[in-house]
This record gives sequence, structure tokens and C-alpha cells, in this order.
Amino acid sequence: MAKKESTLGNMLISLAVITMVSGGVLGFFYNMTKPGIDKVEKEKNETAINTVLKTDAVIAKIETDTIDDMIYNVAYDDSGSLIGAAIKASSGKGFSGKIELMVGVLADGTINNISVLTQSETPGLGANMVNEKFKSQYNGKNPATFNLKVKKDGGDVDAITAATISSRAFSEAVENATKGFAANRDSFIKKGGDNE
Amino acid sequence: MNNWQNFTKGLIKENPILVLLLGCCPTLATTTSAINGMSMGLATTFVLTMSNLCISLLKNFIPDKVRIPCFIVVIASFVTVVQLAMQAYVPSIYETLGLFIPLIVVNCIVLGRAEAFASKNPVWPSILDGFGMGLGFTMSLTILGSIREILGSGSIFNFRLVPEDANTILIFVLAPGAFIVLGYIIAIVNKLKTK
Repeated sequence: MAKKESTLGNMLISLAVITMVSGGVLGFFYNMTKPGIDKVEKEKNETAINTVLKTDAVIAKIETDTIDDMIYNVAYDDSGSLIGAAIKASSGKGFSGKIELMVGVLADGTINNISVLTQSETPGLGANMVNEKFKSQYNGKNPATFNLKVKKDGGDVDAITAATISSRAFSEAVENATKGFAANRDSFIKKGGDNE
Repeated sequence: MNNWQNFTKGLIKENPILVLLLGCCPTLATTTSAINGMSMGLATTFVLTMSNLCISLLKNFIPDKVRIPCFIVVIASFVTVVQLAMQAYVPSIYETLGLFIPLIVVNCIVLGRAEAFASKNPVWPSILDGFGMGLGFTMSLTILGSIREILGSGSIFNFRLVPEDANTILIFVLAPGAFIVLGYIIAIVNKLKTK
């Protein structure tokens, strides 16, 4: 096959045409998949909120609030009193990349349940943080009596075998969430009362 | 070379991973489990086939001096399409593969086939070449992923073979395990080929 002669003109035209066509195709695909991507994100968020706040109490409404870069999904029952909050907390100290958790904290500060939103820890080691075996040790613990640090650092958390760094980051995110909740608890309760 | 050979050469004789040793970075990084390896392979197969198709169609239109940028634009577009589609329809796989999907753009198999085959051959053989190479890649990744998952996590395609808390050989799901398994597979393939 004879190679096509390269002149400034045809180089410019061919590159321009190819990039424009690609741009158009990508724009089309972006619009086509956007609703799907948004839906997946939203569902993931909602499932996580519902899982971590699951108690006997019936949630009447959830208010979302962003304070100091943490997102609080505060749940109230139908009389406006505080049930708890699902807090999106993260830690950048993981073994590889950011760890994002949804931490369910009840009105008295007790951790109800935790759901992992994003993590890219080592499969088979740190990635085991998504398993109940590790996560469930936090459930029902109150930070007032339960030290949210791994045992190596003098706390009460059993780290994942061979994944102390991941466990440490996980605990840090949980600690951020509970501290944030404790600091804002009064304003959440007040807000619930105001709306009645 | 007939069409059948264009298709089958990617499977064994010129298998991109085991014989040509192209695209080892995603191979080693994404094969922590069989399903991850297979998804990565299938995503690459799609990109390879489609980019070979387009480049073969465009080969008489693209001036020689700007062919590489043109190829890259075509490949990158298909990769982005795959990325968006995976994000929308198979979010769990998208999350585990993460960064490696956009990195298909710089996978040397894709550009290698575009440059070495699709830019010199008609459309139909190019599609077969891309598809065959892609399947060869998928096959190697699935085998590699399966071995690592069985030894490292004690499961296959997420189906558990040993109890949840049994001790498995963790090194196989870590990076060194990838090198060890790939090394042995290549050795076995070479041994079989020389017979």
C-alpha cells in the first residue's frame, strides 16, 4: 500500500476531522450513559445510608448537611427527635488511595453499622475491610468507652491480619465520623425540634 | 495468510501475553481474581476490535506523519466509551478495575496491532486480528486470574472452595504472585511450543 503523502494541509485536516468525530461520538455516549451512572451513584449512597441506620426506629425524614467536608445524612423520626446520622467520612492514610466509609451513628453516639463506599486496598489483605468479620467489631460500640485505634496503637480495634495500615485508616475514618457527630449533635437535635 | 489464521494466531501462536509479552502492566495488576482478569480482557478485546476496524477504514485517509496521534485518538475514544458503559452498567467491576480501564489507551497491544496490522491490511482481516488478539489476551488473563484466585483467596469466580477463614497463600494475590504465576505459565507454553 502506498503511504499517503504528508503535507501540512492534509495533516491538519485529517487530525481535525478525526478528533472532531471522536469528540462528537464521546459526547453522545456521555449523555447516553450519564443517567445510568448517576443512578448507580445515588442508589449506592441510599443503600449505604439505609444499611448503616437500620434500627427499630422508623426514619421519617433524612436531612443532608455538609460540615467541614463531611456529609451528614441526619435521620429524624416522625416526632422530630434525632435517630442518628449516616456520615460519609474518609481517610487518605490507606495503603493505596482514599478510603470512604458511610458510618451510622445513633443519637447517643453509638456506632450502629459501617458500610464501605470506596476502597482500593490490596485484595485479600486490606480489602477484607469490607467483610463483616472486621467491620462488625465496631457495631454497637460507643467511642466514649471503646478506643477507636488499632491494638498496636493502644486502642481496642482488632486489625486485619497483615493489614495494619488499612485497619488504621479505617479506624481513622470512623473516628472522624464519630468526633464530627459528637461536635454537631446538639445542633442536629435542635434542628429536629425546630421543624416541628 | 488466510482469515482463519488471522483469527487464531492471537490465541496461541502469537498470544499477546504469553508469546509477544505485550501489555504486561495491566496483566500483572488486574488479575487478582478470575472475574477481574476476564473483564479486563473483554474490555480490551472490544477496544482492539473496534480500533482495528476504524484504523483499517481510515488508513488511506491518514497521512503517514500523523498516523500515531490519529490512532491514539481513535483508541482513546473507544476506551472512554468502554469506561462510561462499565461505570453505568457494571459498577462493581468498574470499581475494582478502576484506573486500569483508562490505561487501556496506552496498552501496547492495542497500538501495536493498529500499527503492525490494521494500518496495512483490509477491514475484515483487521477485525479478525483484533478479535483474535483480544481473545488471546482475555484467555491469558482469565487463566492467570484463576490460578491466583484459587491459590491466594481459595475461590474461583467468587465461588468459595475453602471456608471463609481458612489460611490461603496470600502472596499470590499480591504483586510478586503475579510475576511468579506469569513466569510459570510462560515457561510451560514455551516448553509445549518447542515440542
